[in-house]
Amino acid sequence: MAAESKTKYDRQLRIWGEQGQTALEKASICLLNCGPTGSEALKNLVLGGIGSITVIDGSKVEMHDLGNNFMLDEKSLGQSKAKCVCAFLQELNDAVKAKFVEESPETLIESTPSFFSQFTLVIATQLLENSLLKLDKICRQANVMLVVARSYGLTGLVRISLKEHTVVESKPDHFLDDLRLHCPWPELKEFANNIDLNVKDPVVHKHTPYIVILIRLAEKWAQAHGGCLPSTRQEKKEFKDEIKAHMLNLDEENYKEAIEASFKVSAARGISSQLRQVINDSAAEVELTSSDFWVMVAALKEFVENEGDGEPPLEGSIPDMTSLTEYYVSLQKIYQAKAESDCLAVEQRVRTILKRVGRDHCAISKATIRNFCKNARKLTVRRYRCIEDEFKSPILPELQKYLADEDSSVAVGFYILLRAVDRFAANYNRFPGAFDGEIDEDVTRLKTIAIGILSDSGFHGPTLSEDLINEMCRFGAAEVHAVAAFVGGVASQEVIKLTTKQFVPLAGTFIFNGIDHKSQVLAL
Amino acid sequence: MTEMGRWRDIDKLLARPGNIISPGFEPSPQLREEIGGLVRVLVVGAGGLGCELLKDLALSGFKNIDVIDMDTIEVSNLNRQFLFRIHDVGKSKAEVAAKRVMERVSGVNITPHFCRIEDKDIEFYSDFNIIVLGLDSIEARSYINSVACSFLEYDPDDNPVPETIKPMVDGGTEGFKGHARVIVPGTTPCFECNIWLFPPQVKFPLCTLAETPRTAAHCIEYAHLIKWDEVHNGKTFDPDDPEHMQWVYSEALKRAELFGITGVTYSLTQGVVKNIIPAIASTNAIVSAACALEALKLVSGCSRTLSNYLTYNGLEGTHIKVTDFIRDKDCLVCGPGTLIELDSSVTLLQFMELLGKHPQLRLSKPSITHRGNNLYMQAPPVLEEMTRSNLQLPLFDLIDKVPKDTVHVSGTTEKNDKRTTCLRKLRVVFKDQVNGVTSMDTAGAN
Ligand SMILES: [Zn+2]
Repeated sequence: MAAESKTKYDRQLRIWGEQGQTALEKASICLLNCGPTGSEALKNLVLGGIGSITVIDGSKVEMHDLGNNFMLDEKSLGQSKAKCVCAFLQELNDAVKAKFVEESPETLIESTPSFFSQFTLVIATQLLENSLLKLDKICRQANVMLVVARSYGLTGLVRISLKEHTVVESKPDHFLDDLRLHCPWPELKEFANNIDLNVKDPVVHKHTPYIVILIRLAEKWAQAHGGCLPSTRQEKKEFKDEIKAHMLNLDEENYKEAIEASFKVSAARGISSQLRQVINDSAAEVELTSSDFWVMVAALKEFVENEGDGEPPLEGSIPDMTSLTEYYVSLQKIYQAKAESDCLAVEQRVRTILKRVGRDHCAISKATIRNFCKNARKLTVRRYRCIEDEFKSPILPELQKYLADEDSSVAVGFYILLRAVDRFAANYNRFPGAFDGEIDEDVTRLKTIAIGILSDSGFHGPTLSEDLINEMCRFGAAEVHAVAAFVGGVASQEVIKLTTKQFVPLAGTFIFNGIDHKSQVLAL
Repeated sequence: MTEMGRWRDIDKLLARPGNIISPGFEPSPQLREEIGGLVRVLVVGAGGLGCELLKDLALSGFKNIDVIDMDTIEVSNLNRQFLFRIHDVGKSKAEVAAKRVMERVSGVNITPHFCRIEDKDIEFYSDFNIIVLGLDSIEARSYINSVACSFLEYDPDDNPVPETIKPMVDGGTEGFKGHARVIVPGTTPCFECNIWLFPPQVKFPLCTLAETPRTAAHCIEYAHLIKWDEVHNGKTFDPDDPEHMQWVYSEALKRAELFGITGVTYSLTQGVVKNIIPAIASTNAIVSAACALEALKLVSGCSRTLSNYLTYNGLEGTHIKVTDFIRDKDCLVCGPGTLIELDSSVTLLQFMELLGKHPQLRLSKPSITHRGNNLYMQAPPVLEEMTRSNLQLPLFDLIDKVPKDTVHVSGTTEKNDKRTTCLRKLRVVFKDQVNGVTSMDTAGAN
């Protein structure tokens, strides 16, 4: 990467690294409709150095666009909106290839479905139900990712649609480190056993790493308790007292750390239920067309059942802890060596599987396998229902739960109403509340449609709050800039996660609640 | 008519009556114009959040905006601070940001202030109806918070006087995470009420750096904090000087090699030494949009207000949580003020000495004002000279012989081993003058 790019992108490279940046720079994004929601979403991506953008919009710039879209000004009036937005975006980052097509997205979806297959991802903004359902099918067929974003008054939504998204580098916020204190392997045990916990030198005593302290004391505990490690609350407390008894004085940081980390010796053996679900996924029964991810999962599954003895490959890194430098560096090496040998075992299995399914046995690089092993405990798979399926048959128990729960009732209300306004528009050729004089009538009409949607979904219960329906009509399909910037911001963040294949994308439909900000993700 | 057409979308919220609104909402086709004409908003910071905030506020009907920022534009800002271009590097953020937004949104007036927030006197801040903060420093937030809270007055029943409330909206981001909050001094918690939300940054113990380094960061901090001073007698380390940074990097590398530690890179060296917080455009956009929307609601009442603290986390899904924090009734900053009982013979100088010893305040180098009048000023020298003669006069005389009143003191205080600028509101009571009168009776003089 060029020095200037490195400096320019420094603050984000610290988050997704050069690999993530390269993935962004390879992505080509298509935006449908460049109102403020779409323009703001693209702005965030262009600044970050996305590969290319194509803006699709058939409208001309009108006065009202200047009141909510920063990318348009007086000089743009009467011109192609797509062209003007594209020109402004290009100004933000000349490394991005920016194009525009002056055409209405609805027409393009009808006339040229093949157009969309050239993109990595399509962001569809302010698109009505009818066109959206068609686009969803086109994108799925072509294996193009779809992100839907909508701003509507003080509400809005973001929804991802694609068949499957697999993540190796999910980078969770807080994740328990992989120290294996409950099942140390021979080399680690030997290292711990060679250190005298009762050493006379006070400097060495207070610099004995907690890994060593815990392994030794856990072993001692197990000997006195028929091979079992502390498990009940009382036992865990006694174990802590045991650690405390070894302190020379109460200022020894390493012992304080040991007490704080003492729960790690009681960690459950084996793999998490989340990882179990991944390795038991039917996609892990691989064939020629399986992706590299699933080939590696298949190898991981074999590893867990064989060499791993129920455990995943070791991550290999240890957190910082009070320690003499040499103890710490030696421990690092012991963990790294075990991780390396685990990785080698997985690699051999990957090679065998590749050969078995009829691929080149070197098709997956060693570096890729190593990265996979390092993140094996955090693998994440996301699958999204086709939007039409969700609309036709939402998961009824979930829908009922959301409607009954006070915390989510506003979000699910907006979810239904956002669909209802599209049906309203299909019936009346305008959105509810478009005219000041007809708001009261529109409230009744919108309510009827919303109840219809609920009963079509099989739900017959208490209906939506009148206040919410009134608010929806008051909004009159306004695209308020701050709301658009929020919704567009969320959409762009999901695009980043999808294109870099890092972090975990949104699971359901994100409903923006601009009233009290109790926005929610609904999985329907 | 064209102006009306231009603001078609936002006017739906401002001109139409609603069912879910704040008390005091008076929808009318003129409301947007009124907000534009009457409301003055201050944006503190013209960085990642500030650029977004200026755009969002300008497109939300605000027309009188000021922005204050002491920083100049750097290349590493360009991945998110969308108002800046490569040829702007080195120029004032506040000035360029104000100019760019005014160029694009006609009718908006943005006044930039290229200076430190502490350089402005308190009166500057009193002119604004609402303050929106887009900062990355805890100290700066704390300072603006104390300034905004200093205007707050309480009535005899200890309820905040509405005209003296200066609401704030505060945003912050780090990577994929961020927060937005609404502070209505006297009603919702101020920044200081739950300062525990911002724990101080943990520093490495010096003995670890000197004797038992284990990580790359330890080696870097050794070179930066210990070795630099040993080698460069007296020369201050400048994190913005690439040669200085390069020196620290190579020393850190040497040390890492000596101890068998891996992972020292130039990028990590910069990160550790400058305490760089990762930042991306999308998170800034999200948090700023929430702040701007809340600012609009606060001045118009067009919907409910955020109550009162929103956290956003985009690492796993899109997770938003709203927490209704509670005010600390004993807060030194947003409460009615620290009570100080004095004798009417106490001179201003004696009063100042007392502030330094006060267990909760520990204020040194105080400058003191009373109802906008300078009683004593540490700086600038001209003011110091003008006010010096007051030092020997009794405080009671200086505040027009009122038995109870509020004075404002700005100075420095020690917090987490760091000297920080702060502003405190003090309720001064002259014991020998209020005898026989219950303390509540005269509190109206506040
Ligand atoms: Zn407070």
